[in-house]
Amino acid sequence: MRERFLTGYNDFVLPFMIGMAFILTWCIVGMIRIIASLPKEDRRRFFLSLINPKILIKDIKDIFCDCLLHVKLWKRNKLLGYMHSSIAFGWFMIIVIGHIEVFFYAPHRAKLLYFPIFFRYFMAEDDSTMGGAFFFFLMDFFLLVILSGIALAIIKRIHSKFFGLRRTTNPSFMDLIGLYSLWAIFPLRLLAEGFTADISGGSFLTKSLNSVFHTFLGNHMNMLPTWWAYSLALGVFFCVLPFTRYMHIPTEILLIPLRNAGVRIRHPRKGYAEAEVYACPSCGVCIDACPMGVMKTHIKDTTVYLNRQLRRHNEDRIEEISDKCLLCGKCTAVCPVGVEGDRLRIAQRSLRQYNITPDYSMIDTGSLARECSFSGPDKGKVLYFAGCMTALTPQIRKAVESVLAKAGVRYEMMDKDGGICCGRPMLMAGRFGPAGEMIRKNTEIIRQSGAGTLLLSCPICYRIFKEQYSLDGIEIIHHTEFFDRLVKSGTIHLGHTSERYVYHDPCELGRGCGIYDEPRAVIAAAGELVEAEKHHKESICCGGSLGSLTLGFDKRQAMTVNALNNLTKSSPDSIVTACPLCLSTFHRYADRPVEDIAEIVDRNMN
Amino acid sequence: MDFGFRIAPSSTINLDKVDRTRFERLHEIEPDVYKCMACGSCSSTCPAGRFSGMSVRKVILALQRGKEKEAVRMLKGCMLCGKCSMVCPRGINTRHLILSICRIYNEEEQ
Ligand code: SF4
Ligand code: SF4
Ligand code: SF4
Ligand code: SF4
Ligand code: SF4
Repeated sequence: MRERFLTGYNDFVLPFMIGMAFILTWCIVGMIRIIASLPKEDRRRFFLSLINPKILIKDIKDIFCDCLLHVKLWKRNKLLGYMHSSIAFGWFMIIVIGHIEVFFYAPHRAKLLYFPIFFRYFMAEDDSTMGGAFFFFLMDFFLLVILSGIALAIIKRIHSKFFGLRRTTNPSFMDLIGLYSLWAIFPLRLLAEGFTADISGGSFLTKSLNSVFHTFLGNHMNMLPTWWAYSLALGVFFCVLPFTRYMHIPTEILLIPLRNAGVRIRHPRKGYAEAEVYACPSCGVCIDACPMGVMKTHIKDTTVYLNRQLRRHNEDRIEEISDKCLLCGKCTAVCPVGVEGDRLRIAQRSLRQYNITPDYSMIDTGSLARECSFSGPDKGKVLYFAGCMTALTPQIRKAVESVLAKAGVRYEMMDKDGGICCGRPMLMAGRFGPAGEMIRKNTEIIRQSGAGTLLLSCPICYRIFKEQYSLDGIEIIHHTEFFDRLVKSGTIHLGHTSERYVYHDPCELGRGCGIYDEPRAVIAAAGELVEAEKHHKESICCGGSLGSLTLGFDKRQAMTVNALNNLTKSSPDSIVTACPLCLSTFHRYADRPVEDIAEIVDRNMN
Repeated sequence: MDFGFRIAPSSTINLDKVDRTRFERLHEIEPDVYKCMACGSCSSTCPAGRFSGMSVRKVILALQRGKEKEAVRMLKGCMLCGKCSMVCPRGINTRHLILSICRIYNEEEQ
C-alpha cells in the first residue's frame, strides 16, 4: 500500500483528536484522584498487586472477560450478552487490527494517534497489497459484528421486553447524547469506508457498498464529508463520555485491578466506592432483582438509583435510599460489574453522627460464661447460641435441643436466659463502634466457656461470627451444616416421607455465607425437595430483614407475599427455611405450613 | 359514613412543667411515637432489659415526661436487635425511633 498524502494529515481528524485528548486527561486525573483517596494500606496493596504476576494475569483475564466479552451478561441473557460483547469486542478488534495495519504498511506513522482510526482515508491500494485483503476482510467482518450489536441496541431501546428486562432506567439527557453519538459512529464509518473503498481497498462489506454507491453517486465527492461526520461522532462521544453512564467503560478497567488487589469499600464516596459507582452502566439488572421492587414506590430506591444519586451528590435522596434497603444482597449478587449495593449503603449509614452511644461495659461476661461453662471431659464440646431472633421463635430452639439430645451430642446453651446480641443488626445500621463492643463481649464469653464448636441456628448471627469474630480454634457452624454432618456420618437417621418441601435460601446464609447444599441435602433425606422459581443466589428475601431502617413491618406485606408466591410455584406441601426471621415473617402471610429445618429433622429422626 | 356519633377530639391536658421542644422535634420525625399504648411487649422481649433495664415503653414515657436522663441511661443499653419492632402490636418502627432519639437527644447536657 502507499500513502495518498505527503503530510498524512487532514483537518477532519481534529474533532477526534480533541475528544481523545479530553477523555484521556479526564480518565488519568480521575484515576489519580481515586487512587489518592484510598487509605494508605489499600494503596500499598494496590501497587503491590500490580507487580504480582498472579494477580496481574487475573486482572487481564477479568478485564478481557468482563469488559470485552461480557461473560457475566452472557450467562444472564444471551441476547444482551451478544449486544454488549459485539460492540465492545468488535470495537476493540478494529482498533487492534487498525494498529497492525499501520505497523505493516505505514510504520513511520505509528506515532500518530489518529492514523489507525482513519487508515483507509490516508492509504491507497496498489498491486502489491494482496496480503492486505486478509486485514480488509477482518476489518469488515468486525464492523459487521458491531453493526449487528448496534441494531440490537436500537431494538432494545424501543422494545426492552424483547430482552427479558421488565424495567430499565430512564436515560438522562446526556446519556441520550452519548447513546446517539455511539450509535452514529459505526454506520458513519461504514459510509466513509464505503465511499473510499475503490481507492483504499476494502472487503465484502465496504467494497460492495462502494459499487452500489457507484451506480448513482459520485463517490469521491462524498468522501470527505462522511469522514468528517465519522470523526465528529467520535469526538462528540468522547467529549460527553464523562457525563454519561458510558463512563463505566474506563472506570471498570480501574475497578477490576482494585478488586483483585483486595481493596474494599471504606467510605461511601471515596476510593473504591467511587470506582464502583462510576462503573455502573445503569443496566437495570438490579431493578428487577430487588425485592423492594414489587412496590412501585420503591423502584427508585434500588441500587442503580443509589449510584445515580451518589454521582449527582443529591444528599437527601442518598440518605433515604440508603436507609430503606433490606440489605438482602441480591443486587450485589446479580450485578454484572460487581457494584456492592448493600456495602455502599452500610458505608453511607456509618457516616452518621449520634449523640448517644451505647455502652455495654456493665455487662458481666464472667457470670454469663459461668452459666454455660464446660468442665472436665466436656471441654471442647458444642456451645449452642440461639440468638435474639430465635428467642422469638422458640420452636426452633426446642427442636435443635431435642435433636442434639436424641443424637447424644453434649452441649451447653450460651443464651439460656437471653444473651448479648451478635452485633449484626447494629453493624447493619452502620454503628461499628457499639457492634465491635458486642463482638468483644461475646468473644470473652465463648473463650471463657471452653467451647470447641459454636453452633448457631440463625444465619444473621452466623454471618457476623464468620466474618467479624476472631475465634481461632473454635469451629463456627450453622445448624444446617451440623445436621448435614450428623446425617452423613450416620449419627442420626432420617425417615423418608413423601412430603414435598420447598427450601427458602435465607439471604444471610445463601448469598451471605454461600451455604446452599447442606440444607438441601438434609431436606432431601427427609422428603421430596422441590425448588422455588428463583433459588440459590437468586432467592428472594422474605421481606423481614433487619437491614431496612425505615420500612416498618406493616409496610412489607407485598414483599413477603411476592417471596411466598415465588416459593409456592411448584406447589409444595410446606415451606422450609433455616432462619428464625424468615420463619416468623413467612408465618404472617403463608397459606401453608412454614417450618425451620430443625423441626423437620426433629420430627423425622428415629 | 354516618354512624350517628363522632369521636370527640382529644381533651388530654398536659400538666407537666417540662420543656417539650425536643420531644416535639422527635414527634415531627417519628409521628408514630404517639401510637404507643404502653403495652410493654417491647420490654418483655428485649434482650438488653436483663442487663440495663432497657425498655422502649419506659423510654417513650420518660421522654414525654421530660425525664431525659433516665431515658438516655436505658438507651445506652440497647443492642438494636430489632425484636421490639417485630412484636409491637401498634406497628411502631421502634428501631428507627431509637436511632432518631440517639440523634436528637444528648448524653452530656443532662
Ligand atoms: S448496580 Fe449493577 S446491576 Fe444495577 S444497574 Fe448498575 S451495573 Fe446494573
Ligand atoms: S440489597 Fe436487596 S433490598 Fe437492598 S437494594 Fe439490593 S436487592 Fe434491593
Ligand atoms: S429474614 Fe431471612 S430472608 Fe429475610 S433478610 Fe433475613 S435471612 Fe434474608
Ligand atoms: S432493639 Fe433495643 S430495645 Fe429493641 S429489643 Fe433490641 S435491644 Fe431491646
Ligand atoms: S410494643 Fe409498641 S405499643 Fe407496646 S409499649 Fe412497646 S412501643 Fe409501645
